Amino acid sequence: MDTYALLLAATLNAGTVLAIAGLGLLINERSGIVNLGAEGMMLVAAIAGFATAVQTGSDWLAFGAGALAGALMAGAFGVLVIWLNTNQYATGLALSLFGSGFSAFVGINYTQEHLAARPHFAIPLLGDIPFIGPALFRQHPMVYITIAFMAALTWFLYRSRAGLVLRAVGESPESAHALGYPVRLIRLMAVMAGGALCGVAGAYISVVYTPLWVEGMVAGKGWIALALTTFATWRPSRVLLGAYLFGGVTMLQFHLQGEGVAISSQLLTMLPYLATIAVLVLISRNPVWIRTNMPASLGKPFFPGS
Amino acid sequence: MLRLEARPASSKAMSLLSPLIALAITVIAGAALFALLGKDPSRGLAMFFVEPFRGAYAVSELCVKATPLMLIGLGLAVCYRANVWNIGAEGQFVLGAIAASWVAMHAAPDSSRWIVAPILVAGVLGGMAWAAIVAFLRDRANASEILVSLMLVYVANQLLNYLVYGDWKDPNGYGFPQTITFLDPTKIPRLFTGLRVNIGFVMALLSVATFWLFLFRVYGGFQMQVGGLAAAAARYAGFSSRRALWVALLISGGMAGLAGAFEVAGPIGQLTPYVPAGYGFAAIIVAYVGRLNPVGILFSSLLMSLFYIGGELAQSRLGLPKSLTGVFQGVLLFSLLASDTLINYRVRWHAAHPAHPVPASKPAPPVANSTAA
Amino acid sequence: MLRLELIDISKQYPAVRANDRIRLRVEPGQIHAVLGENGAGKSTLMKIIYGAVRPDEGEMVWDGKQVEIRNPQEARALGIAMVFQHFSLFDTLTAAENVWLGLDKSWSLADVTKRIVEVAGVYGLDVDPLRPVHTLSVGERQRVEIVRALLTKPRLLILDEPTSVLTPQAVQALFVTLRKLADEGCSILYISHKLDEIRALCHKCTVMRGGKVTGEVDPRNETNASLSRLMIGAEPPQLHHETARPGEKVLAVRALSLPRLGAFGADLDAVSLDVCKGEIVGVAGVSGNGQQELMAALSGEDPRALPDSICLFGKPIGAHSPRRRRHEGLHFVPEERLGRGAVPSISLSQNTLLTRTESVTPFGWISIGRTAALARQLIADYNVKAGGPDATAKSLSGGNLQKFIVGREIDAHPKLLIVSQPTWGVDVGAAAQIRGALLALRDAGCAVLVVSEDLDELFEISDRLVVIARGRVSPSIPAAQATREQIGQWMSGLWSDDVAEVMHAAA
Repeated sequence: MDTYALLLAATLNAGTVLAIAGLGLLINERSGIVNLGAEGMMLVAAIAGFATAVQTGSDWLAFGAGALAGALMAGAFGVLVIWLNTNQYATGLALSLFGSGFSAFVGINYTQEHLAARPHFAIPLLGDIPFIGPALFRQHPMVYITIAFMAALTWFLYRSRAGLVLRAVGESPESAHALGYPVRLIRLMAVMAGGALCGVAGAYISVVYTPLWVEGMVAGKGWIALALTTFATWRPSRVLLGAYLFGGVTMLQFHLQGEGVAISSQLLTMLPYLATIAVLVLISRNPVWIRTNMPASLGKPFFPGS
Repeated sequence: MLRLEARPASSKAMSLLSPLIALAITVIAGAALFALLGKDPSRGLAMFFVEPFRGAYAVSELCVKATPLMLIGLGLAVCYRANVWNIGAEGQFVLGAIAASWVAMHAAPDSSRWIVAPILVAGVLGGMAWAAIVAFLRDRANASEILVSLMLVYVANQLLNYLVYGDWKDPNGYGFPQTITFLDPTKIPRLFTGLRVNIGFVMALLSVATFWLFLFRVYGGFQMQVGGLAAAAARYAGFSSRRALWVALLISGGMAGLAGAFEVAGPIGQLTPYVPAGYGFAAIIVAYVGRLNPVGILFSSLLMSLFYIGGELAQSRLGLPKSLTGVFQGVLLFSLLASDTLINYRVRWHAAHPAHPVPASKPAPPVANSTAA
Repeated sequence: MLRLELIDISKQYPAVRANDRIRLRVEPGQIHAVLGENGAGKSTLMKIIYGAVRPDEGEMVWDGKQVEIRNPQEARALGIAMVFQHFSLFDTLTAAENVWLGLDKSWSLADVTKRIVEVAGVYGLDVDPLRPVHTLSVGERQRVEIVRALLTKPRLLILDEPTSVLTPQAVQALFVTLRKLADEGCSILYISHKLDEIRALCHKCTVMRGGKVTGEVDPRNETNASLSRLMIGAEPPQLHHETARPGEKVLAVRALSLPRLGAFGADLDAVSLDVCKGEIVGVAGVSGNGQQELMAALSGEDPRALPDSICLFGKPIGAHSPRRRRHEGLHFVPEERLGRGAVPSISLSQNTLLTRTESVTPFGWISIGRTAALARQLIADYNVKAGGPDATAKSLSGGNLQKFIVGREIDAHPKLLIVSQPTWGVDVGAAAQIRGALLALRDAGCAVLVVSEDLDELFEISDRLVVIARGRVSPSIPAAQATREQIGQWMSGLWSDDVAEVMHAAA
C-alpha cells in the first residue's frame, strides 16, 4: 500500500515540472507565438537554479534565478521573432540548441556539486491521513503553488479583460492592432512569462526533482511540455491533467525497473517518449478539432500595417 | 532612434553577406568568451580558424567531420524547403548506424570489399525506416513531425544503448558497451594513405551536385518547394502535399542514415553509445547557415566542422571545455537569424517622430494563408 | 466650423507616395465621400485619420483645434470611429466580447451587452450580442462593427467600402441608418469607388487619384462620366460587346453537395448549373455563401465531389486532380492572387510552372529558357508592367499580377475558364483589360464561368446569371432580362421553383 502512495506522490512531483512548463507555454501560444526553445530554456534555467542553490542554499532564490534565465532567453527570442519577424520555428530551435550547448558549458564546474540535504515537507494534519497523506500532502510547496496557479490562469484567461485581450491577440493580431492594442508588446510579455515559467520548471528539476546537475538532464521534458499544450487544446486545467498523466508514465517506468520486471531498463526509459507520440497521434487525428481550438495565428508572422 | 524599414525588394547582396555577418558576430562573441575565461582571445580564435588548416592531416580531418554534416544537411535542406520540420535527423543517423553495424558484424575476414555497398545501403534504409514512422504519423494522424521526430531521437538512443549493453556487446570487450571492432573488409575505402578522409567525402560532394539539380532543375523539386512556400498555391497547382511529405522525410532520413553508416564503418569502426555525436542537430544549423542551398551547405558544413575541430584543439591545447563548440554553433545560428532580417529590411536613423515601419498598403484582396493545418 | 480639416497631409512609403498634400474638409452632419480607384491612397488617408498611421507632413484640425493623433485610442477619444473593410473581428469570441474589446471605457461586459441591444434598436441594426462571430453572416458581422462604432458616440464615422459585401436591399437599409446618423450631427466619411452609391447618398465628394486630390465636388450635381474623369482621368472604358452564340454544353454540374470543411464555411447543397461554349455565365452572390467552396470543388482543390456531379463534355471529372482537369481543358483563376494563384517570393517565370508544364520534359527536367520565354510572352501580350520574367510576383501591383495570372490561363487555350473575383483590388485600367480579355475568350468559343461580388461587372460581361445563396444556386436567367432588384432578392435566397419553370420556358 505504501508503495502506491509513494508512487502517487512521485507522480505529482514529476508532473509538476511538466505542468509549470506547459502552463508557461500555454500563455506563450495563446498570444500566437510558438517557442520551440523550451528545452534550451529549461536547461539553462536548470544550471542557473542549481548554481544559485549551491551558492546560496535557498530554493526560492534558485527558482528566481531559473525564472530570470528563462525570461531573458525568451526575451531574446521574442525580440527576434516579434520585431525582426524571424521564422518562429527556426529561432526556437536555435534557442534550444544554444541552450543545450551553453548549459553544458556553464555547468562544467557544477557536475560534482551536490545540494544540502533536502528538507521534508508535509502539510500538518492533512499529511498524516493514512495513504492520502503521504500520497498528496507531503509535497514541496511548488506542487501546490502550481495547482493554484492553474486556477488563477483559468480565471485570467476566461474571466478577465486582460485575458480576453490576450486571446484576441492570439486569434487575430491584425484585428487587435487595428483596434489599437499594442500587439507586439503583449506578445513579448506573453513570451517572457512563458520563458519565466519554463525557467522555474527547469530549476525545479535540478533543485527539487533530482538535486544534482548533469549535462542534458532535462531529457526532453521541454519538448514533452510543448506536446502537452496541443494535447490540452490550450486549456490550463487539461495541461495539469496531461502533466500528471505523463508524470505517471515516467514513474511507472521507474517503478517497473525497481520491481525487477524482466524488461530491459532502456526499453522502459523509452516509455515517456513513446507515450508522448501516442498522445500526439490520438489528439491530432481530428484536424478540425485542433483548428477550432488553436489560437488562429499560432506560428504565423505578424506585420503591423500590412 | 533606429528603425527598421521594409525594402521594396529583397536584397540579393544581403542574402550572400548575411552568413558572413553572422560569422563575424560569432567571432566577436567568441573572442569575448575567451577573454572572460582568462585565455588569450587571439590564441583561442587561432585554434578555431587557423590551426585546422595546418597540414594535410588537419585538412583531411576537416573533411572527415564535414562529411556527415554535409550529407545530413543536404537532406534537411530539401525537407525544410518543403516546410516539413524534421528535427529528428539525429535519431535517423543512429538507426542508420545500427543497420549498417548489423551488416558489418556479419562480415568474415575473407569477405569481399564490396560488402561496403550493402553496409551503406543498410544505413540508408535504416534512416529511411525511422523517418517513415514520422511521415506515416503525420500523414495518417496529422501528428506534428517536429515532436514525433524529436521523441524518436530519444527512443533511438535508448535502442542503441539496449543493443550495445545487451545482445550486441562484444564478449571480448572487457564489459564495455560496444560491439566488436568491425573487420577490415568493412572499412570505408580511404582516399589517401595515412589520412582518414574517405569516399564518404566524395559522395557528399556528388550529393551537393545532385541535390542542386533536384531543387533547381527538376519539376519534383519545384513542386516540393512551392508546397513549402505557399501551401494554397500548391493545392491550386495540384501538387500533392502527401507525396512531398513522404519524399522529404525519406530523403532526409536516408541521407542521415547514410551519414550514420559512413561514421560507424569509417572513422569509428564499431557501434558504441557515443556514436550519436550531435551531428543530426548540428546539421540543422548547417542547413540554415547554408541558406538551404546545396552549394551553401558545402561551405557551411566546412565551417561547422571548423568549430568541431577547433573545440577539440581548444580542449587539448588550451584546456577549454569541449562544450564550447556547442556555444559557438548556437551563437552562429542566432546571429544568422538576426542578420537575415537585413535581407528584407533596412536600418534607418529617424530623428523625430518615427513612422510605423509599414510596406506600401493598398486595400488588399484576400491573401491565402499558407500554413499546414 | 469644420468638424475635420486635413491640410497638406503627406505620407511616403518606400516605393510609392501614398498621400501627396491632401486637403480634406468635412462639415458637421455631412456625408462626405472619398472617391478613388484601388491604389489611389484612400485607405492610407483613413488610417492616418484613425491614428493607425502617422503622416510625414501636414496638419489635422478637429473642431477648430489642431490635433496630432498618435494611435487609435486617441482617435476614439476625440470621437472618431472606423468600420473597417476587412472586419477587425475575432471569430471565436461573441459579438458582445468583440464590441467590448473595441471600447476604451471601463464598462463591464454586462453593461456593454445591454447597450448593444439599445443602440441596435435605435438604428435598426439587428445584432444578437451573445452569438459567436464565426456563426454570423457577412452582413451581420458588418452590423456588429457598426454597433461597435456607434457605442463610442462618434462625431465622425469612417466607413471603408461598406457595400462590397451587401445585397442591394441591404445597401438601402444601410443608407437609411447613415442618413439618420448624419441628421443627428455625426459626420460620415464614406470611402468607395462606386459612383452610383456616392451620387445617391453623399453631400460632398473628394476625389483622389495617385495619392493627390483631383477635385472636391457635390456628387448630386455630377454624372458618372464626370466623376469618372476626376477619378481616372478619363471616361469609364467601354467594352466591345458581340452577341453571344452559345454552342454545346461544356460544364454540367448536377446535384453537387458537399459538407463544409471545419466549423467555418458553407455547405454546398444540390448545386446545379451549366456552361456552354461561347457564353459567359456569371455567379452573383454576397461573399460567404458558398462561392469559395464551389470554386474549390470545380477546380479540383477539394477532391470530395462525387465523380459524376461535375461533368466536362459529358465525362465525369468530379474525382480528378487539378492537374488532370487542366489537361482536359479546365483552367481556373482563383480569387487570391498572392499565395494561391501565384507564389509571392518566386519569379514570374517560375510562377508559370504552377499551371503550365509545356517546358517540362516527361522526365521532370525543367527548361529554364523555355519557361522564361513563356513568361516574357505573357508579359508582352497582356500588358503586364513588370521588371521582366525574373521579377518576383509580389513586386507587381495587384492589377498587373492579375493580368499575368489571367493571361497565363487564357494562353493555355482552355475549353472552360473559371474565374473568381476577376477584378478585385485591381485598378480601373487593368480591370477593363481583363474584362475585355474574357469577352474575347468567349467570342473565340471558350466557355467561361465568372464568380464575382461586383454586380455591375457581372451585368457588364455575363450572358446568363445565376445567384448563389447559402450554398444553393438559383436557376439561370439571361442577363438582359435580369434586374438588380431581382438579383438582390435572389441573393437573400428568395427564388422559387416557379421562377425556374418560367425561365426554362424563356431560355
